[in-house]
Amino acid sequence: MDDAIHRSLGLTDEEYGDICRIIGRDPNHLELAMYAVMWSEHCSYKSSRIHLKRLPTEAPWVLVGPGENAGVVDVGDGIAAALRIESHNHPSAIEPYQGAATGVGGILRDIFTMGARPIAIMDPLRFGPLDDPRSRWIAEGVVSGVSGYGNSVGVPTIGGETVFDETYKGNPLVNVLCLGLLPTERLVLGQATGVGNLAVLLGSSTGRDGIGGVSVLASAGFSDEESDAEKRPSVQVGDPFEEKRLIEACLELLDARLVVGIQDLGGAGLACATSETASRGGMGMDVDVNAIPRREQGMEPFEVMTSESQERMLAIVEPADLERVLAICERWEVRAAMIGIVTPGPATGDADGGRLRILDGFDGDVLCDIPAASLHEDAPLYNRPCIAPAGFDEATRTLDTEPMPASTDVAAELLELLADNRWVFSQYDHQLFLNTVEGPGGDAAVLRLKHPVTGVDTGRGMALTTDGNHRWCAVDPRQGTALTVAESLLNLACVGARPLAVVNCLNFGNPEHPEVMWQLSEAIDGMAEACIAFDSPVIGGNVSLYNESLGSDIDPTPVVGMFGLIDSLERRPPGVGLVNGGRLLLLGTTQPELGGSRWARARGHRGGRLPSIDFAEHLRVAGVTRSLVASGLLAGVHDVSNGGLAVALTEMAVRSNLGISAARIANVAELFSESPSRVIVCVPPENITAVENVCSGAGVPVSRIGVAGGDRISVKGLLDIALADAVSAWTDRIPSALGAGTAQD
Amino acid sequence: MSLRVGVVVFPGSNCEQDMLEAMALVGAEGELLWHGDETTNGVDAVIIPGGFAHGDYLRPGAIARFSPVMAAVAEFAASGGPVVGICNGFQVLTEAGLLPGALQKNRGLKFLCAPAELRVESTDSILTRSAEAGSVLQVPINHFEGNYTCDAETLAQLRDEDRIVLRYVDNPNGSVDDIAGVCNAGRNVVGLMPHPERATSELLGSTDGLALLRSIVA
Amino acid sequence: MIFSVHVEVRLRPGIADPQGSTIEKALPTLGFDGVKGVRVGKSIRFDIDAADESAARAEADDLCRRFLTNPVIEDAVIHVEAGAAAGATS
Repeated sequence: MDDAIHRSLGLTDEEYGDICRIIGRDPNHLELAMYAVMWSEHCSYKSSRIHLKRLPTEAPWVLVGPGENAGVVDVGDGIAAALRIESHNHPSAIEPYQGAATGVGGILRDIFTMGARPIAIMDPLRFGPLDDPRSRWIAEGVVSGVSGYGNSVGVPTIGGETVFDETYKGNPLVNVLCLGLLPTERLVLGQATGVGNLAVLLGSSTGRDGIGGVSVLASAGFSDEESDAEKRPSVQVGDPFEEKRLIEACLELLDARLVVGIQDLGGAGLACATSETASRGGMGMDVDVNAIPRREQGMEPFEVMTSESQERMLAIVEPADLERVLAICERWEVRAAMIGIVTPGPATGDADGGRLRILDGFDGDVLCDIPAASLHEDAPLYNRPCIAPAGFDEATRTLDTEPMPASTDVAAELLELLADNRWVFSQYDHQLFLNTVEGPGGDAAVLRLKHPVTGVDTGRGMALTTDGNHRWCAVDPRQGTALTVAESLLNLACVGARPLAVVNCLNFGNPEHPEVMWQLSEAIDGMAEACIAFDSPVIGGNVSLYNESLGSDIDPTPVVGMFGLIDSLERRPPGVGLVNGGRLLLLGTTQPELGGSRWARARGHRGGRLPSIDFAEHLRVAGVTRSLVASGLLAGVHDVSNGGLAVALTEMAVRSNLGISAARIANVAELFSESPSRVIVCVPPENITAVENVCSGAGVPVSRIGVAGGDRISVKGLLDIALADAVSAWTDRIPSALGAGTAQD
Repeated sequence: MSLRVGVVVFPGSNCEQDMLEAMALVGAEGELLWHGDETTNGVDAVIIPGGFAHGDYLRPGAIARFSPVMAAVAEFAASGGPVVGICNGFQVLTEAGLLPGALQKNRGLKFLCAPAELRVESTDSILTRSAEAGSVLQVPINHFEGNYTCDAETLAQLRDEDRIVLRYVDNPNGSVDDIAGVCNAGRNVVGLMPHPERATSELLGSTDGLALLRSIVA
Repeated sequence: MIFSVHVEVRLRPGIADPQGSTIEKALPTLGFDGVKGVRVGKSIRFDIDAADESAARAEADDLCRRFLTNPVIEDAVIHVEAGAAAGATS
């Protein structure tokens, strides 16, 4: 065996030695390719698994935790919700449209694999700066890709984020979250059981697109243009029409109880799906490589087994049901081919079984013969060195201590922080299925909760938010991540929802850099602290490493997706807005701390210390907000986060086209501070006493800070601008920047 | 007995369940009609819902018009049966020649999902007969190819015959003469780009679509 | 000197073409049984003012690489001819 091959496939000499020990001989090319993709960072989480164990994952309502295709929670009334988030950062960097489109396709399959109908998508997107033509090209392509695939496949995109920052130049973050609903009793797992059961491959034919995409694309950063070009053949093309038919066919198969287990084909293609279903079920599998429908001639078995061609599923069915399975697929014009047979394994007491064999015809030569579980369970596990960056003082949790710059023009500093994402989300169908009560642009999206099969309205609601803050996490990844989870909780509270579960997408740089591993480890600790305090289990996640461009790691960007329930959804939540004459009340206390804030970053300041958080206080503010939203006493509500009070107040003003007159904000630090646990509410005058009573009853500080009305946005002693100027800054920033043209280099 | 409304499903349709839900709200009994069946199954009205029939590949509606069910729909329409095409359904009806004109890409060359205001221009059609003439309805749009276009002669004919049933108050997509919906000469076949089924609940933001849906089953 | 350029943008061999295969699957319904290998592309025409044909071709080539195609998934075939395209207007 030529040992250079395993290195070119991304396996270390030690990993190669492990493979030889596991199978008792040198692997052949097919086997080597399968281990290479399955043991890649993307598939095996070999650098992060050791840290992910510290996250809380359990609660009585969690039906399925991390490790399956999606997390599942019980939401009552016989309904379960499946949730998952994933990244498609690297594919989107080189082919933005298809990278984003196939990201959407992949996450949908993870959801209907669980037996759930996908009902909503959220897209947290992060791009390089708007003044960079290539970043604009990526942003336009990604948004078109999400729109083109998501709209066509028929799943509404109800929210997300769009962030532009220098740190993502050349390495965008394209994260996609999907929510699905299923009748609790239909829950299926991706496992193969029953000796003699058949593995049926559904959907697209298998081509060379995405060969090695996982290991090559996701496990190595971008260094220069030439190596980009070499990676290009790995890009996959999405077909939302195929996926739509696949969804309908699979849900019909599940409804008719014709599948024992089902698994989507994502990273590492058939190598992953066949071995994963077999090992989860404690079984083995024989696969006839010739039975796999191909799109191209002359494909080698290793290409067939590792191809990431999109829109494919692997169903495990009993032989007696095969004919009905094929008939349902034919009606939906979905290709179906029997490609494998379940063989004995540990689950049937056969200790020597559990083999994954790839055959040249079921009676033909054995091309691969390895323990199915070894591709997963024996994957390497690294405890890579973690070192805090040089400028970070662990005792005070302060990064460098350069002085905070002074404010020179508060009005201009505010205007440059405003951006309306409407240009992005108006390209997404966010209303399909008649569930969307609050779509994109609010603090959190709100959906009606209807039974996924009967359509019966429960009278309750669901809420979703995604949040990330690389500026906070660049200063202090632990505190920054805890603050991010806290922001999610408050976003849910602003629409009246209580949290049920969290999924995370951990976007970090190169794990071989000890500072990056430290960031990852710290972020996981911060997330664990906050999730435990908020009783919000982490039911799934995705780790995306090697996010770097020209050797520079991105700022750490853990993205939190939080799912919650609204116990009674009788009326629309008040939303981010104002009524004329409404009084503005601030719930919570402001810490005059600008470390990690948007204002500071815009002034070129990247260090300092983040505001602190008192989890108990935060829960009190969230609880009061939730009950005020439910009470109907409010005319508007908005949490204070990015850009502090200045941006929160201005967003409420521009969205209602009403001015604001505020006072009792002492200085610039209070105006732009992003300290947590604060909410602004707009209250009709007659309700003020009632609202203040609710707050004081719960021990939440409340202060009257202003009134809505007029055509100016003013903060006494600090700021006075025309409402119209704020509206145009907010409205025009993204459309006019993106209208400036794009370029690929 | 309530009216039976057939909702056509092509592979790639996606608003069919929403339409069934909306039909129940106006007291009709919705049922799905599969594109591969050559019949409208004796229903009282046919709706071709939104979505991306056959992926909208080649052109929206270009492949769907050849589905077996479309011959039955054409026959049903010729006999005076009410047929409404919404969004992708409107595109299918123009491709099938049951309505004049064509739907091009939006003026802004972007997909657009947004609220829209529609003025009821004519109440002489099976989609607007229960609405109030001149009233303005809040009904969302959701399309990439919604820019209605036709030649000058056709436009003059549509105007002369009062067949422009709905107009946008603030044209979002470049449609000629702000057209949001038109009907055929018999006034029993109507196509519109906006989605009345998405404006059927205060919780969702508007109930103005109900006036249109009630017209179908009036 | 003006050259008319015709660029045919095609998906690279081996890249899935969902639109082409969907069209192909629909054809037998219409009685076209013998049609195979449908691929959908784009056709783009423009004029270039350049010193000579090779300069025009080089510019068109650069334009294709940087803007009109994404070489990750698409190839371009470029045709260059002397003289403005007949009937071309802005």
